[in-house]
Amino acid sequence: RSDRSAHAAKPTFAMSSDNVSISTDFSPELRVLRDSKEEPQLLPKESVQDMAKDVTYICPYIGALRGTLTVTNYRLFFKCMDREPAFVLDLPLGVVSRVEKIGGASSRGDVSYGLVCKDIRNLRFAHKQMEDSLRKSIFEILMKCAFPVSNGLTIFAFEYGQVYPENGWKVYDAQAEYKRQGLPNESWRITKVNDHYELCDTYPSTLVVPVNIPDEELKRVAAFRAKGRIPVLSWIHPESQATVIRCSQPMVGVNGKRSKDDEKYLQTIMDANAQSHKLFIFDARPSVNAAANKMKGGGYESEDAYQNAELVFLDIHNIHVMRESLRKLKEVVYPNIEESHWFSNLESTHWLEHIKLILAGALRIADKVESGKTSVVVHCSDGWDRTAQLTSLAMVMLDGHYRTIRGFQVLLEKEWLSFGHRFQLRIGHGDKNHTDADRSPVFLQFIDCVWQMTRQFPAAFEFNEYFLITILDHLYSCLFGTFMCNSEQQRVKEELPKKTVSLWAYINSQPEEFTNPLYVNYSNHVLFPVVSMRHLELWVGYYIRWNPRMRPQEPVHQRYKELLAKRAELQKRVEELQREVTNRSASSSSERAGSPTRSITPVQTFV
Amino acid sequence: MLSSLGSAGGKSAKPSFVSYVTPEEIKSEKEPSRKEKHPDLLPGEVVFCSASTVLKYTQDDLSQRGVFGVLLCTNFRVSFVSDEAPTEEMVRTLFKNKLYGENDIPLSCVDNIYGDKRKLITGGLVKNKYPSKMIIHCKDLRVFQFSLSFSKEEDAKKIFQGIVHHCLEPKSLRCLFAFSYCENTSYPGSYSYCREHLRKKQTVMFDSVEDWTQDMKRTKGNCRVVSENSNFELSPKLPQYFIVPKNVSDEDLTKYQGKGLPMWCWSHHSGCALFKTASIPLVQEDNVCCRMLTAVAHNHLYSVKTEDLSDTLPTVQDILLSYNRFKQFFLIDNTTEFWMSDMKWFSSLDNCGWLDIIRQCLQKAVEVVESLEKENTNVLIMEEGGSDLCCVVSSLVQLMLDPYYRTLLGFQSLVQKEWVAGGHAFLDRSNHLHLKDKVESQSPVFLLFLECVWQLQQQHGPAFQFSETYLTVLSDSIHVPVFTTFLFNNDGHRDSLLRAESPHTQRSPLNCPTVWDWSVQFDCKAQDLFTNPLYTEKPKQDTSVRKSYRPRHLRQLSLPSSAFKTPPKKGFFKDEADNLKKILGVKRLSRWMLSPSSDSPQTSSSVREFYEAWQTKPLDYHGLLLPCLDGPSIRVWMQRYLRWIHDVQILGGGPVAMLSKVSEILGEVQELQRQLDRHGCTLTSNHKGARPRAKTAAAVIAARSSVRLSSSFPFVTSRNWSFKPAIPTSLLQSLMVTGMAGNLADREDDGGPESLV
Repeated sequence: RSDRSAHAAKPTFAMSSDNVSISTDFSPELRVLRDSKEEPQLLPKESVQDMAKDVTYICPYIGALRGTLTVTNYRLFFKCMDREPAFVLDLPLGVVSRVEKIGGASSRGDVSYGLVCKDIRNLRFAHKQMEDSLRKSIFEILMKCAFPVSNGLTIFAFEYGQVYPENGWKVYDAQAEYKRQGLPNESWRITKVNDHYELCDTYPSTLVVPVNIPDEELKRVAAFRAKGRIPVLSWIHPESQATVIRCSQPMVGVNGKRSKDDEKYLQTIMDANAQSHKLFIFDARPSVNAAANKMKGGGYESEDAYQNAELVFLDIHNIHVMRESLRKLKEVVYPNIEESHWFSNLESTHWLEHIKLILAGALRIADKVESGKTSVVVHCSDGWDRTAQLTSLAMVMLDGHYRTIRGFQVLLEKEWLSFGHRFQLRIGHGDKNHTDADRSPVFLQFIDCVWQMTRQFPAAFEFNEYFLITILDHLYSCLFGTFMCNSEQQRVKEELPKKTVSLWAYINSQPEEFTNPLYVNYSNHVLFPVVSMRHLELWVGYYIRWNPRMRPQEPVHQRYKELLAKRAELQKRVEELQREVTNRSASSSSERAGSPTRSITPVQTFV
Repeated sequence: MLSSLGSAGGKSAKPSFVSYVTPEEIKSEKEPSRKEKHPDLLPGEVVFCSASTVLKYTQDDLSQRGVFGVLLCTNFRVSFVSDEAPTEEMVRTLFKNKLYGENDIPLSCVDNIYGDKRKLITGGLVKNKYPSKMIIHCKDLRVFQFSLSFSKEEDAKKIFQGIVHHCLEPKSLRCLFAFSYCENTSYPGSYSYCREHLRKKQTVMFDSVEDWTQDMKRTKGNCRVVSENSNFELSPKLPQYFIVPKNVSDEDLTKYQGKGLPMWCWSHHSGCALFKTASIPLVQEDNVCCRMLTAVAHNHLYSVKTEDLSDTLPTVQDILLSYNRFKQFFLIDNTTEFWMSDMKWFSSLDNCGWLDIIRQCLQKAVEVVESLEKENTNVLIMEEGGSDLCCVVSSLVQLMLDPYYRTLLGFQSLVQKEWVAGGHAFLDRSNHLHLKDKVESQSPVFLLFLECVWQLQQQHGPAFQFSETYLTVLSDSIHVPVFTTFLFNNDGHRDSLLRAESPHTQRSPLNCPTVWDWSVQFDCKAQDLFTNPLYTEKPKQDTSVRKSYRPRHLRQLSLPSSAFKTPPKKGFFKDEADNLKKILGVKRLSRWMLSPSSDSPQTSSSVREFYEAWQTKPLDYHGLLLPCLDGPSIRVWMQRYLRWIHDVQILGGGPVAMLSKVSEILGEVQELQRQLDRHGCTLTSNHKGARPRAKTAAAVIAARSSVRLSSSFPFVTSRNWSFKPAIPTSLLQSLMVTGMAGNLADREDDGGPESLV
C-alpha cells in the first residue's frame, strides 16, 4: 500500500532550533523537508486533526516563538517561520504524559497550556482564547488525541502502515536463541507446558527447564511462586554450564511455608552445573522489603529450606522510589542547570545511586557466573522489573552477542518483552492517568545502565548512543508495536506482529546510523564495569539533550566516521590499482609474479 | 656504598607473601647472589641510607599482603627495591620513566608522610622513634605503605629519619638533585646547543630577543621589544626580555622596577592585544596608572579594559586549600574507606570547590576572549604579582584563540612564554625546599592551569595535538627536581643560580635539561603516546597563503561589534586625554572592576550569550574554541586522579580502548596510503588535512599485544591483576529514604496506595 521509501517516511523526533535537533543530526535528508511548508511531512495513515495559526511556543532557551501548530493522530508539530532557519518542534503524541491548562485567560486573551512529557521536558504554549466558543481549542483536540486509550481511539501504531524491507517481528525467535546458547542439552530441555500461557500468563510460551523435572512438577512449583513465575533458564555459560535463572519470589508467607517441589527444583538447577556445589539466590530487593512481603504471602528462600543455596539481597529499591528519583532528576536538569552545586543537586536525586546499585547487582551476578562458575537464581517480587534489569545486564556483561545491534534486540525481546515486563503499565501508552502508581522508569534505568557500560567500554558495543536514544524515544512514541502490551500473551491476542510494525524493522533498515564506528568484536570477552560513582555520570546526551548549550557541535563519532570513510575510499583505490596492475601484467604477460600488490593484506571494514 | 646495600635483604621465592613471616626466617633463606640491591643510580645520585627487609604492602586493603625489599633514600628519591627478581613484565613496561620507576618517589614528589595510626609526620619532630608502618602520599597521587617492623631497629630508625629529613625538612636549592645531576651529565643543554636547530623544530624558549620578536610578528603585533633587562639591570624580577606597548616611555620603563608595566601577551588579528601586569601602584602619582593604561589603549583603537584578577578569582591560598581537600579523595590507602566515600562522592566534589575554581578560571578567560574577539578591545589583566592567575588566564585565552598553541610545540612555547619567562614563581609555589617562610606561598597554580587545559581538551579533543597522557605526564614532571623549567622563581633567579653553580669558572652557565626534553624521561616509543591521533594539522593552504588566515578567523565569529569600538580620529587622544581617562574610569567601574564575584549575573549572562553565539556556528578545530561551563561539562581528570586506584580500573575499557581502535584504523589508512604511493599515485580527492600520524598506533598496538589494557593506561599495566571485578563493600548503605521517599520505599511494586506494607 504505502510505497514510500523508508527514508521519506522516517519517524522523526525533532525538537529543533536552528540547526540543532536530535535525530536530524544523523539524518541530513530531513533538513530538506523543513523549510518549505508549515505542516509536517505525514507518515502513512497519519492525518491532520487540527491546525492553529498564531500559537506561541514559549521555549525556555530561545523565548516566545509564534507559529503554526498542527496536531495529527500521531504527532504535535509546531513551526515558526520567523526565524532563519525555521524553528520546528516535532513530537509524537505518545511522549505527552499530561496536558494542562495553566491559569485563566490573560488580559490579552491568551490561554496557556503546559505539556508534561515523558522524555524529560515540559512544553508550554499560549494561544488566543477561541472567540467562537463552540469551536474546540486545538489543545482540547490534543488532549483527545494524546490519550487514545482513555478516549476510545486507536493507538497510532495500529494504523501506521509503513513497509520496511525486513519484518522486525522476526528478529527474535526463542528456539533459535536457545539454540545459539547450545540448548537444549543433556541437562536442560525446552518445554511446551506454557504453550497456551496456562502455566503462567505473564511468561513466554517457550521455556527452558531442567531435563529431570517433568511438566507436572513444574505446575506444582508454579503454585509456590508468585504469579506462577517459576525459575527458568535465561542464559547458560558456554563453557562452565553455569546458568542465570529468573523467577518471582517464593510464596513463603508469615508462617514460612515450604515447598518440597520448589526445593527439589532449585537443587536440580544446582546439580545441572557440575562445576559448583552451591547456588546463589539474588533477591533484588532490600532485605526489609523482602521480609515485609511475607505479610502478603510472599518472601524469600530461607537457607534452612534450601540447602547449599546462599541468599544475597541486592538492595535495589522499588518502582515508586525510582519514579520519584526521576521526577527529581527532571527538576534538576530541565529546563536549565543551576551552575553552582550541580553535583550536590545531582546527588540529591539519587538517580545515579540507583543506577550504581543496579549495575553492582548485575556485576555480582556476572561475577558469580563467570569467576565462580556458579549458577544463580535472580528474583524480586514478581520478577518482571528489577529481575529483568539484573538478568539482562548480567547477560550484556557475559555474552558479547548481546552487545551487537541484533543481539541487543534479541535481549530486549527475550528478557523484557517475552518475560512480561509490563510496558503498557509502566509507560502508560495513550493513557491520560498520569498519576498512575504503576508507571515507573524501570526500562529507562536499564538503558541508562547499558549506556554507562558503553562509556566504560567504548569499543565493546556494536551500537552507538543514538541507538539507545532511539529505543527510548520509541518506547514512548507509540509508532511501533514493539513496546505495546504487558506480556507475550497479550501481544499474541492483539495480533501485534500482524497489525503493527516492529521498531527493529525501522532500525535494521538503516543499521549504519546506529553503528559504533569503533566497535571491536572481541569474542568471549566478559565486561566487568566499575560500579563506583567515580565512573558513573549523568547521561547528558539523553537527560539534558533539550538544552542547546549541552549539545556538542560535532559529535566525536563524526570524526571516526570520516576516518572509516577515508579508509574505505583508500581501500577502493588500492583495489582498483591492484586490478589494473593484474590486468596489465596479464595482458603483457609480465615476468613478475610476485608484484608488490600481492602483499596487500585485506583489511576488514566495519562500515 | 654499593656493597653495604648488597648485603641487605634476601630473595623470596613467592611473588607475594604475608607479613607474619618473621625476618629471621627470611634471613635464613637469604642468598647473596644478587648484589645490586639498589636502583640503577642516575649520574650524580648518591645513596644516603637504606634498610633491608622492609615490607611494601601491595594491596590497599587490610590483608597485609606485601613484598619484602630494600628501602633507600638517595639525594634524588626514596626507592624501594624488591627482593624478588625483576620479572619480565617489569622490564617490559612500555611507559617506563627513565628517571624513576614505579617504586621510586622523587624527594620533591613526596607530599605527606604518615606514621602509625595515620599520624601526620612533620619534619623536625622526629627524634629517636620510628613508626612500624609508614604511609607516603605522593604529589602524583601514588600511595606507598611500608612496614618497618621487620628491619633492624638501627636501619629502620635511620631510613625513617633519613626520609623525613630529606623529604620534609628545609633545604637549600643547591641540594636539589638537578645540580648534582647536571654536573655529572654531559647533557647538551638548551642554552648553547644548536640554536638554529632549536629555532626550527623545538620549543620556543623565549630567552632571546628573536624569540619574542618572532612571536610578535607571528601574531602581527605592533609593540616594543625590551632588551634593556638582558642583564637584569631594570629589575631581577622582570623577564630578561619582554614586550610592552609602543607608547611606554624609556623613563617609565626604568622608573618603578617594572611594577605596573603592561607586558604584552598576545595580539589578536584585529590588532587589539592582551597585556598583563603586576598591579599598577595606584597610590603613586596617578599619572603612572593613567600613562600605562593609555599606552595600552593606544595599541589599538584607543580602547582598553582592565581586569583585576585578585578581585574576581580565588587567591592562591584558596586554590591550595581547595586542592588539598580535592586530592584527598584520590589518596586511597584503604579500600573500605574508598567505597564508603563513594556514596557522597558528588557532594564531596562540590564541597571542595576545586571544579568550581577551574570553572571560574575558564570563565574569566572566556570573558577576556570575548573582549578581544567580539569587541576588539585591548585587555589588561592584573593581579598583585602578575604571575599567577594572570598566567593562567592569559595562557587559556591564547589556547582558545590561537590554534598554534594547541600543537605540542606551540603549547610548550606557550608555557615558556607565559610561565617560565613570564616569571611564575615555580619554586615558591611548589615549595620544594620546604622553607618555613614559604609555606604560605605554596599553591598548585600551574596544575590548575593544566586542569583547565584538560577541560578544554576533553570538550574539543581533535583540536589538540597533544594527548591527555601528555598533560598528565607534564603534571607529574613538576615534582621531578631535574628540570630547570620548574626550579626557579623567574629568569633572574635562574640565571644567577645556574651561573653560580657552573662547574666552569668561565661564563657558560650550568647546563640543565628542560622538561621539554622528553627524552630525558621517556624513550621515543613512549613519547608517541603524547600525541593525539585524532588531531589533524591545519590544511596546507592556510599556512602557506598567509592572508587566508584572517578571513577564516573573521568568519568564525562575526558578531556585531560593541559600542566600545568607536574608532576616534588620531587627534582625539592627545587633545582629550582627560576625556579618555573618564571613559576608562567608567568602563572599569561599569563592568569589570565592579564585579566582585565572577558569577555576577551580568557578566555571566554575557559570557553565556557569547558561548551560545559561538556554539551555533560550525565548529572549526583550527579556529576559536570555547569551553562549555555548565555543571556537567566540568569534570574530574580521571586519568590523572584515578590511575593508581585499583578498584576503579576499567579492565579492557577506558579511553584507551577507543584510542587503540582509532590507532588501528589510522595505521591501516597509512598503510593503504603507502601502497598507493608505491603505485606512484597520489590521492587527490577528499584529502582533508595532513596525513594522520600513526605513531600512536604503533605504541598502543604494541602495548595491547603484551598487556591487558585498562583505564589506567599507560600508567598502570594490569597483567598481574586478577581479572576480578571490584564489588563495592558498602552496598548496604542506608539509602536516603526520608519523608516521602520513605513511604515509597515500603510500598509494593504493583497496585495503588492501598497496598502499602
